[in-house]
Amino acid sequence: MFCIPYVKCLPLVALYGQLLLGLINGSFYALLSLGLAVIFGMLRVINFAHGALYMLGAFVSWWLSITLGIPYWGALIFAPLAVGLVAVLIEKSMLHQMYRLDPLYGLLLTFGITQVIEGTFRYYYGASGQPYPPPPALSGPLNLGFMILPIYRAWVVVISILACLATWLLIERTRIGAYLRAATENPVLVQTFGINVPLMMTLTYAFGAALAGFAGVLAAPIYQVSPLMGTNLIIIVFAVVVAGGMGSILGAIVTGYILGLLEGLTKVFYPEASNIVIFVVMAIVLLLRPAGLFGRAA
Amino acid sequence: MPIDGALLEIEDLNAWYGESHVLHGISFDLREGETLSLIGRNGAGKTTTLRAILGIVRNRKGTIRFRGEDLTAVPLHAIARRGIGYVPEERGIFASLTVAENLVLPPVVKGGGMSEEEIYRLFPNLAERRSSQGTKLSGGEQQMLAIARILRTGADVILLDEPTEGLAPVIVERIGEVMGMLKARGMTIVLVEQNFHFARKLADRYVVVEHGRGVDYFAASELDAKMAGLAEQLGV
Repeated sequence: MFCIPYVKCLPLVALYGQLLLGLINGSFYALLSLGLAVIFGMLRVINFAHGALYMLGAFVSWWLSITLGIPYWGALIFAPLAVGLVAVLIEKSMLHQMYRLDPLYGLLLTFGITQVIEGTFRYYYGASGQPYPPPPALSGPLNLGFMILPIYRAWVVVISILACLATWLLIERTRIGAYLRAATENPVLVQTFGINVPLMMTLTYAFGAALAGFAGVLAAPIYQVSPLMGTNLIIIVFAVVVAGGMGSILGAIVTGYILGLLEGLTKVFYPEASNIVIFVVMAIVLLLRPAGLFGRAA
Repeated sequence: MPIDGALLEIEDLNAWYGESHVLHGISFDLREGETLSLIGRNGAGKTTTLRAILGIVRNRKGTIRFRGEDLTAVPLHAIARRGIGYVPEERGIFASLTVAENLVLPPVVKGGGMSEEEIYRLFPNLAERRSSQGTKLSGGEQQMLAIARILRTGADVILLDEPTEGLAPVIVERIGEVMGMLKARGMTIVLVEQNFHFARKLADRYVVVEHGRGVDYFAASELDAKMAGLAEQLGV
């Protein structure tokens, strides 16, 4: 039994269950806010379309499955690529014109793109979800002794952590990452060194979008495939990014997991506050540290 | 006036910042292996000339030819690939990168550049502080780093903008030594410099820039005869 004095006592199994749920939600928050942070860090665009791209990732997996018979493992590769390709089209046709403007314009444009994508999907598929089962190898429970763990959910946590770690390593420890960080500071100078910054911006947007698509594939067997799945998540993810520090890669990852866990624990100890706890944390962070937990003050 | 076989030819170059017409038809040529110094008062258009050559200032008109190729249609990022390196006035050291990361940031565009080991031998201060954040270096060290990272790329022409600005005399002297060494290695340099006493130790030829145009052109051998006029023009 685990107790918080004067609040509540509950069995450890229930606590572990909620921690796992928090960890799974945190995985999606981290993956999505990571993509947003990568895009904002480099392009200074607040990509409101991120939720729609996440939904697109889930829908592409579903399509691949029902039309071409491509299983989940193939979708993990092809769906992010397809979403990345859609992102290239968006960036090349519209978004690149927003770079010299205030970030508000990028936000408005991507908000409009979201409405078009989600509206189209709602028109053709309705608001109810399409079932997408987990692959057989990841189905079923795993008995850990102290709790029963659904294998697919454990997989989501592990693969998300690996994807976040790989992205962090790419940006912080590689030559490409150094180009990205430098171009964030002074894109013109980086171009005088012979680096094609416009191409890098396109690829960065595609990469951030592909991360959202990847999260969409992971989410499909858990939440079902629905045109509204991104809308439900994007506001929370924005709160995570703001609390972590706009554009901070590490901030997005760590804050995503912490707030996911916090939300899970709140569901146990004070369920009434579980829907708002993330926004309360965001507000407190903004008041005490406006640049975010991991952000650098301007 | 045009020189046969010039490496870089600038002819009637005009440039604008918004509505403001800054360069008014500046022309000059650069020969392989020489150091050409653009001198002139603050605001004369020296820095803008470099920025227009590179395409940082896109609103420009005139001829910019490098090894016979017209550069005006070449994208900004492709200019460096032709072998032109740029050291900006503000040095442009990246705060999010370490000294070592700053050093290797510009890609190698040609063979014949200096290795990291050679650079660290040339600038021992940088070697000692290679894991420090780039912007934690002193002004002089940042300037050395800004020059060093271009030396690695193999660029055969360096556009160097005010390398001594705001630096202590002992650092200026060190930078002068390094530039003397680069000159001895046959590097072609366009040097924009307010510090005339620094420029005169290095330059083979001079272009006096005034109101966005070249108003006088002379070789280092003519400098003594020109000094009286220059003193009036530049206040040196």
